[in-house]
Amino acid sequence: MANQVDMLYIYLLTVAGVMTTLIFVAVTVLAIKYRRRPGQEAHQIEGSTILELAWSIIPFFVMLTFFVWGAVLFFQERTPPANATEVYVVAKQWMWKIEHMEGQREINELHVPTGENIKLIMTSQDVIHSFYVPAFRLKQDVLPGRYTTLWFNATVPGRYHLFCAEYCGTMHSGMGGDIVVMEPAEYAKWMASGASAPLQDTGKELFAALGCSTCHRAGDVQGRGPNLVGLYNKQVQLEDGRNVTADDDYLRESILNPTAKIVNGFKPIMPTFQGIVSEEQLNALVAYIKSLSQPPPGTAGLQYQPVTSPGQTQNTQVQ
Amino acid sequence: MASTVIPATPAPTTNYLNNGHSLKSWLLTTDHKRIAMLYLLSVTAFFFLGGFFAMLIRLELLTPEGDLMQADTYNKVFTMHGMIMVFFFLIPVVPAVLGNFLVPLMVGAKDLAFPRINLLSWYLYVIAGALFLHCMLNGGVDTGWTFYTPYSTVGSNTNVIEAGLAVFIAGFSSIFTGLNFIVTVHRMRAPGMTWDRLPLFIWANYATALIMILGTPVVAITIVLVAVERVFHLGIFDPALGGDPLLFQHLFWFYSHPAVYIMILPSMGVISELIACFARKRIFGYKQIALSSIAIAVIGFLVWAHHMFVAGISLYAAMIFSFLTFFVGVPSAVKVFNWTATLYKGSITYATPMLYAFGFIGLFTIGGLTGLFLATLGIDVHVTDTYFVVAHFHYVMVGGVLMGFLGGMHFWWPKISGRMYPEGWARLSALFVFVGFNLTFFPQFILGYVGMPRRYWQYPPEFQVLNVLSTAGSSVLAVGYLLPMIYFLWSLRYGPIATDNPWNAAGLEWKTTSPPPTFNFDETPVVTWEAYNYDEIPDVPLEVPVAR
Repeated sequence: MANQVDMLYIYLLTVAGVMTTLIFVAVTVLAIKYRRRPGQEAHQIEGSTILELAWSIIPFFVMLTFFVWGAVLFFQERTPPANATEVYVVAKQWMWKIEHMEGQREINELHVPTGENIKLIMTSQDVIHSFYVPAFRLKQDVLPGRYTTLWFNATVPGRYHLFCAEYCGTMHSGMGGDIVVMEPAEYAKWMASGASAPLQDTGKELFAALGCSTCHRAGDVQGRGPNLVGLYNKQVQLEDGRNVTADDDYLRESILNPTAKIVNGFKPIMPTFQGIVSEEQLNALVAYIKSLSQPPPGTAGLQYQPVTSPGQTQNTQVQ
Repeated sequence: MASTVIPATPAPTTNYLNNGHSLKSWLLTTDHKRIAMLYLLSVTAFFFLGGFFAMLIRLELLTPEGDLMQADTYNKVFTMHGMIMVFFFLIPVVPAVLGNFLVPLMVGAKDLAFPRINLLSWYLYVIAGALFLHCMLNGGVDTGWTFYTPYSTVGSNTNVIEAGLAVFIAGFSSIFTGLNFIVTVHRMRAPGMTWDRLPLFIWANYATALIMILGTPVVAITIVLVAVERVFHLGIFDPALGGDPLLFQHLFWFYSHPAVYIMILPSMGVISELIACFARKRIFGYKQIALSSIAIAVIGFLVWAHHMFVAGISLYAAMIFSFLTFFVGVPSAVKVFNWTATLYKGSITYATPMLYAFGFIGLFTIGGLTGLFLATLGIDVHVTDTYFVVAHFHYVMVGGVLMGFLGGMHFWWPKISGRMYPEGWARLSALFVFVGFNLTFFPQFILGYVGMPRRYWQYPPEFQVLNVLSTAGSSVLAVGYLLPMIYFLWSLRYGPIATDNPWNAAGLEWKTTSPPPTFNFDETPVVTWEAYNYDEIPDVPLEVPVAR
C-alpha cells in the first residue's frame, strides 16, 4: 500500500512540478521581456474566451485523474479483506492499548506478522485520537463511542513509528509507539510467549458474570432478550420496521444504549451498561458475540490457534 | 483643533487624518478611513503577538526533546498562535483595513452604507481581542484553534469558554463588515460605476462579504453549543452523553473552510489591482476573474468535509467531498492564469507592490497545488494532520494573505498616509519575506510526507534537520515582517510627500487627494470609463519611487 501511495504522490509531484515550472517560467519571461523600457507601450488585450475555456477545462480533467486514482486507492485502503485477522485497539490519553483475539495484550506496541491482512477495530475511551503509521502511509481517527477500522498488510519486518495524529491534550506528542513487524514463525513464538485467555473467552466469562446470559439464552431457548447465536452481520428487524445490520457498532450501541434500537418483538427492558463495562470489556463482549456466529476458532477469522494455559483463563479483571 | 468628527465643509488642506486630532475624534469617528486605521493598529498588534507565539513554537522545535517549555505550555502556545492569527489577524486584515479604506473610495461613495455599524464592528473586535487577552493572561486555552470536541468540552481544563466567547464576538465584527460591504456595493456606487466597471478588489471583497454573513453565524452557533455542553453537560458532541463528536467537525468546517476564502479572496483582489497597474494593462479576463471570486465563495461552501477524510465519515461521503474539492481548484487556477496573461505585452515596473504580487503568484501556486494533493483521497490519508497540512495552509493563508496585504499596504500607503515609503528598504524587506517564508515552510512539506504529525511538542530525532531549517527561515521571515513596520512609521514623518496619484494608477481612489478628505470626493464622481483604462493614462512616473 505504501508503494501505491508513493506512486500516486510521485504522479502528483510531477504534474504539480510541471505546472509550477510553467507558471514560474511564464511569469519570469514575461516580466523580463515586457519590462518597462523607453518608447515601449503596453498593448491592451481584453481577454480570450478560448484561452479561458482551455485553462479551465484542461486543468479540470488533469485534476479528475487525481480524483479517480486517489479514490480508487482510498477504496482499497478503506475496504478490509474478509479474511483479515482482527485486533482490537483502545486509545486513551495518552496510550494505545492493543488486544489480540488470542488474548495477548500490549501497550504502545503492536506485533504483527508479515504477509497477513490485519484489521484494527479501534475505539477511544476519552477524546478523539488518530492511529497513524507513516511507514504504511495510513491513518484513521479513533473516536469515542464508536468503532473505526484500519487494515494493512505489512511486508518488511522491522519497527515502525506509531503516532497519534489527532491532537488529544497534554502528552499528544508522547502518545506513540511501535508497530513491530515479524516473520510469521517469530510472531507465533512471540504470541505463544505470554498469551492469556482468548478475547472471546474473556467475553464469555463477562457475559455470564454480568448476567447477560439470563436473558440472552444460548442454544434453542428463547429468553427475554434476543438469542445472539448467529446474529453477527445478519439483518435485524427493529420494532419501528427498520432493518439494520448487526455489525460491531450495532452490538456496541446495544450494550451501552439498549433502548436505541429495540429488536422487533422484544420489550425495552435491558439496562444500560454505560459506565459499567470498560472499553476493553466491551471489546471482549463483542468478540464473544461475534464468535457465536463463527465455526470453532481457527477456521475463520482467527489465523492462529489461541494458546491457552489452564491457569490463565480466569482473567476477567480487565482494567 | 476642534474635536468635531465631521466638519461642515472640508477645506482643501483638510484630510481625514488632520480633521480632528483628539483621541475622541478617533474613537468616535464614523469615517471609514479612520476606522480602517484603527483596525490597522489593532490587527498589527495581534499580528506581532501571534508572531511572538510562532517564534516560541519554532524555538521549541529546534530540538527533538521538549526542553524549552512544558508540554501544556506548548499546547497553549500553538493554540494561541492559531486563534490569534486566524480570528484576530487573517480574517479581518485585508477586508477590515484595506477593504474598509478602499471600498467607498473605489465605488465613489462618501462612506460605507452604515458608518456607525462600521465603528461598532471595530469595537466588537476590540472587545473580543481584550477578552482573548484576558483569557490568555489567565492561563490561556489549549484546544488548538479548531476546538475539536470532545476534547474541548470534556477533555480540556483551560479557559475554553472565554476563548470561544472572544471568537464568537469577533465573528459579529466580521458579519458587520460583510453587511456593510454588500449594501455599499449595491446601493452606493457613483453614477456610471456599473457592475462591470467595478475594480476587481471590489468584486473580491463582495464575494468575501457573502461568505462572512452566510458562514460566520454557523461557527457562532457551534461555539455556543460547545459552551452549552461544557457548562450544562447537555449531550451534543460527547458520545458519553449521547452526542456525536463528528457533528462538531461538520459544523466547524462548514464555516472554517469558507473562512480560508474570507482570508484569501480580498488578497487576490489586491493582486489584480497591483498587476494591472504595474503592467499598465487592462486585466486579462476581467469577467472571469470577477466571476471566479463568486464561484470560489459559492463552491467553498460545498467542500468542508475534505478536512474529515480520516475522521470517520463514510467512504462515499469522502469521495463526494474529494470530487467537489477539485471544483474549487478551477476558479483559483483561472485567476493565476489570467494574472500571468496580463503581463503579456505589458510595460512592467518592479516597484515593491509588484514584487509582492509576483511573490503572491509564487506562494499561492505552491499552496494551491499542494491543496490538490490533500484533496486526493489516497494521499490525504497519509499527509492529513501532519506538517504537510501545516505547510500547505501557511502557503495559502500566510503566503497568500500577507503577500497581498503587504503589497496592498505599499501600493496604497501614499493614499493612506500622504507619504512615500522608502523603496530600497521596501524591496529588501520583500526579498526577506519571500526567502524567509519559503525557507520556513517548504521544509515542512517534506517533514509532513516523512510523517511528522502536527501539534507535536517533542518528535523523533530524525525530523530535526528539517525543523532546524524551518526555524532558521522563520527568523529571516521575522526580519522581513518587522522592517515594513519600522519604515512605514518612519515615512509618516520623513517620507517624501506623495502626489494624488503617484503610480498613475486607474481607479477612483486615485482621483481624490492623498490623503483623501473626510468625505472622499469634493464632488460626486461620474464614471465614464471602463475599469483599468491604462491605455488612457500615462505610465508609472520614472521619478517614482521618490524616497530611496
